Amino acid sequence: MLPKKNVMLGLAFAVVPLFQASSTVLAADAPAPAATPTVTAPAPVAPPITDPVKLRERGQILALSCSGCHGTDGKSASIMPSIYGKTTGYIESALRDFKSGARTSTVMSRHAKGYTDEEIHLIAEYFGNLSKKKN
Amino acid sequence: MSISRRDFNKLLVSGVAGSAFGLFGMSGTSLAVGGAKKHVVIVGGGFGGAATAKYLRKLDPSLAVTLIEQKLAYITCPFSNWVLGGLKTMKEITQTYTALRTKHGVNVIADRVVGVDAAKGTVKLAGGRTIGYDRLVVSPGIDFKFDSIPGYSQKIAESKIPHAWQAGPQTLLLQRQLHAMKNGGTVVICPPDNPFRCPPGPYERASLVAHYLKTHKPKSKIVILDAKEKFSKQGLFTKGWDRLYPGMIEWRSATGGGKVLKLDADKMTLETDLGGVKGDVINIIPAQKAGKLAFDAGLTNEKGWCPVNPSSFESTLHKGIHVVGDACVAGAMPKSGFAASSQGKVAAAAIVNLLRGQDPAPPSLVNTCYSLIGPKYGISVAGVYQFSATGIIDIPGSGGLTPADASDDQLEQEALFAEGWYTNICKDIWG
Repeated sequence: MLPKKNVMLGLAFAVVPLFQASSTVLAADAPAPAATPTVTAPAPVAPPITDPVKLRERGQILALSCSGCHGTDGKSASIMPSIYGKTTGYIESALRDFKSGARTSTVMSRHAKGYTDEEIHLIAEYFGNLSKKKN
Repeated sequence: MSISRRDFNKLLVSGVAGSAFGLFGMSGTSLAVGGAKKHVVIVGGGFGGAATAKYLRKLDPSLAVTLIEQKLAYITCPFSNWVLGGLKTMKEITQTYTALRTKHGVNVIADRVVGVDAAKGTVKLAGGRTIGYDRLVVSPGIDFKFDSIPGYSQKIAESKIPHAWQAGPQTLLLQRQLHAMKNGGTVVICPPDNPFRCPPGPYERASLVAHYLKTHKPKSKIVILDAKEKFSKQGLFTKGWDRLYPGMIEWRSATGGGKVLKLDADKMTLETDLGGVKGDVINIIPAQKAGKLAFDAGLTNEKGWCPVNPSSFESTLHKGIHVVGDACVAGAMPKSGFAASSQGKVAAAAIVNLLRGQDPAPPSLVNTCYSLIGPKYGISVAGVYQFSATGIIDIPGSGGLTPADASDDQLEQEALFAEGWYTNICKDIWG
């Protein structure tokens, strides 16, 4: 019954021209994960990070965005799924699948498309470590 | 200039503190020794300010954090439309500061700031105290330009024609009026021009007022007199109105007779290019500007909003003062509670770094706004943002709206998630 993901997104973006979505960006969502959104972003600020402390800090900054819907530290108090308690591998593959559209969602695919694969990895690692530490 | 004096004082203080630590063989920079704790003061306990307070303590427990908010409890604007629709009570949308105080060690002071001395790094409270800070965060929310509609005023808003755009007594006034209205009455809603708090909010309000009317007073109608040519989530709202409330809601664009030229409060009539529109209940949401404190502290630009550095939300007009939430100029981000909390977290992380003498890390910002059209009919807009040379921008290809052809199941799921979102974001901020 459900129409294909890309078709749905195409329609949504057509309604709101504010979002600078183009058909090329949408097409790029299909299989090749490396070539997604940030390519077209003007002058990304962050140079590649290698220092492990800085990487963790970057993971934390990114992960703070998640708690607005999923609860502080990813611990949900409502119908929203908890991120806390899940492994790095699980979170990473879930986010990648939301991003590619392999996993259907209401809002998560729109969010996941905002992060590079490297950022998805850092987010997953942050929550994965958090769960390990406090369990 | 004043700022350099403050920086000099800070250097002096940290120099002294440093040598004292040296004497006692301590290596910590600013940890819990006497008055050497770094102190961050936050003014305003809404989505932006409270999130900043909680996350400062979470990210660096060695910080002393003071939150100044005159209200003892905070009634959220998000979900206040649900109250109008009869789906929530005021109690359910009231947040308190208990957990910030007891669980997170935030010093919460119920008072009002009457002055900010950026040069000295102090704030003065109505109660008479003066409090010093190393960094100040202001989250003053919005204030109204009542004169954006001739004939309207704060006095009329408080007695007869509410804006209900700050939740609380205004929400209750509008609710009482809707309850008292006869079946077959007309509700007029007047949304403002951009930029304003919660872009989809006036249209969610129309939806949930329609839900109330359909349930209790089905012969009634709603007229939206808009100051704009288009509005947030327009296609989704229009479709939802056609499906759930056919014929009940009339929306007029500014040039299609929506622009309000004048209010006659005594006659409960709004003058437009297409003649007078009489309402049994009128809800005017006036044009907006940053909250009063932002003006008093000299943090606003010529448009009445606060320009900030997007990587730290530090004011570009006053060093050492950060502005988060609806009052700040945040590029592509809408003025929403969620955006305010995201900015609060970024500001908190930046302040932790700045107080350690480090640069702020590159920010990552996000927004998710749910709107309810009916109890089982939810829609959303999402955005992921980054800092670029031109300010805060949408990350291309991300974010966007509920698909226009979403199934009934998806719409129902979004309505459930809206409620789950509210529970979690409030707990993330005040819990």
